[in-house]
Amino acid sequence: MPKPADLDLDHVANLARISLTDEEKARFGAQLGDVLGYIALLNEADVEGVEPTAHAFPVVNVWAQDVPEPGLSVEDALRNAPQRRDNMFAVPKVVD
Amino acid sequence: MLGRGEVSSVELMAAVIARTKEVDARVRAFNSFDEAGALAQARASDERRAKAGPGGCGPLEGIPVGFKDVISVAGQPLTASSRMLANFVSPYDATVTAKLKAAGAICWGRLNLDEFAMGSSTENSAFQTTCNPWDLARVPGGSSGGSAAAVAAGEAVVSLGSDTGGSIRQPAALCSVVGMKPSYGRVSRYGLIAFASSLDQIGPFARTTQDAATVLAAIAGHDPRDSTSVRLDVPDYNRGIAELARSGRKWRLGIPREYFGEGLDPEVGAAVQAAIDEYRALGCEVREVSLPHTKYAVGAYYIIATAECSSNLARYDGVRYGHRSRDARDALDIYFKSRAEGFGAEVKRRIILGTYVLSSGYYDAYYLRAQKVRTLIRRDFLEAYRDVDAIVTPTSPTPAFLRGDKTSNPLAMYLNDIYTIGVNLAGLPGISIPCGFTRSGLPIGLQVIGQPFKETELLAIAGAYEGRTDWRSRRPDL
Repeated sequence: MPKPADLDLDHVANLARISLTDEEKARFGAQLGDVLGYIALLNEADVEGVEPTAHAFPVVNVWAQDVPEPGLSVEDALRNAPQRRDNMFAVPKVVD
Repeated sequence: MLGRGEVSSVELMAAVIARTKEVDARVRAFNSFDEAGALAQARASDERRAKAGPGGCGPLEGIPVGFKDVISVAGQPLTASSRMLANFVSPYDATVTAKLKAAGAICWGRLNLDEFAMGSSTENSAFQTTCNPWDLARVPGGSSGGSAAAVAAGEAVVSLGSDTGGSIRQPAALCSVVGMKPSYGRVSRYGLIAFASSLDQIGPFARTTQDAATVLAAIAGHDPRDSTSVRLDVPDYNRGIAELARSGRKWRLGIPREYFGEGLDPEVGAAVQAAIDEYRALGCEVREVSLPHTKYAVGAYYIIATAECSSNLARYDGVRYGHRSRDARDALDIYFKSRAEGFGAEVKRRIILGTYVLSSGYYDAYYLRAQKVRTLIRRDFLEAYRDVDAIVTPTSPTPAFLRGDKTSNPLAMYLNDIYTIGVNLAGLPGISIPCGFTRSGLPIGLQVIGQPFKETELLAIAGAYEGRTDWRSRRPDL
């Protein structure tokens, strides 16, 4: 298993799309180091030949009829928008 | 009393509102409530009852239900106790909400939680800290701390919470109420803000197992809108429980030795042992069982739950809904700044940890290994169920701790869930019921863990102990 010190907060925060302050980096680094140190206990478990479990009761191939139903109205869909223009979500300019 | 016409729904709702106004400045269970809306629903309920005539209404007609602020009620706020969703209003009803409305229940206020249900003390709320009604200096547990405290303090008759690693059972234990997590897939998650989708379940808080069973019967069942909900019939829980009680069935109960070791508060241990003795006195067969992979449960959970949360919370990007930073200059900047401003420390820590364990080069060592350990933990339980009908343990290793005690030490906070987390990993139903108080008057909870989808048996076993005790009649002095 990797070591807690392997956690590169700048890299991971970039993947997670969250800016962290220097203070957060220092604090989270120490706290997550403790958590990862504790998690290292899992190395002791003998998982040789054990299948992974993603869901306790796997449900596969759930099919549904492709029938149109009424959905949210435009007004309802846009009600929580931070910024809107006409019937659209508005964002800062993406392409020049 | 509603059924006999001794009280109207409007009178009941008004009493709950008055009680909430009297005590909630101290308990702080509610993020918000709509007094006029609740009274309007109560009036509609009284009209339905008048039309239906005596005996024409179900048991939840006119009953005020509090909602953890992660469950959608159309037109009501849905904040997850996060700055990210501080102004969000639900555009639609969760399936559980629609079912409760169909049963005549009143959608009462929005209950506080740890932000996005991440925590064990409700101190991670961006808005306020909820206090334990039994000792206001202490936490109510979490993450459904508001849901537990509201029922304990008489601010709601019953409430809904969600349980990903113990978030219903642990606060129920710390507040001396009944809290139940159904089997994974028993209750639809449609309209529940997702934290860790393979672990999350909605469940009830109530004063008695009978009330919990009544709410469960109303909200359970297959839902085409949640592909992980199971296609199983929902039994009439209260009838099934009554039949089992009449049959005088002698339950076989397992006591896992791994749950009674280091870290268990002696007063909690003694109360749970006394409860086990009550089961013996009822003629139950009590035997020791082993769940040998228990020590890996917290570690596996904090890999799996954070991995799923990092994926689920990617949707909060500041584009279509939720907080958007005023300083964002371009599209990428919206993501980085909105998420930095909108999420609190614990949510950020978990997103970071979850992103890390899924990232290139670390996936196999962390995530895949944790999923394999999850298999072992699940097998432990299924193995034990070859010999026993249910497993009995403490719900939480300690009674309610002081506010501020563990906020700077996430690992210490995580270890609080040591007895509840395995149940989620294995997808089992679990319930916490009151089983006593410490010498200083803090509540203690007993956890009963059932077999997959055997909620009737689980509730019957919990009810058998409950029927021999009077803990539920004690009320906090507020």
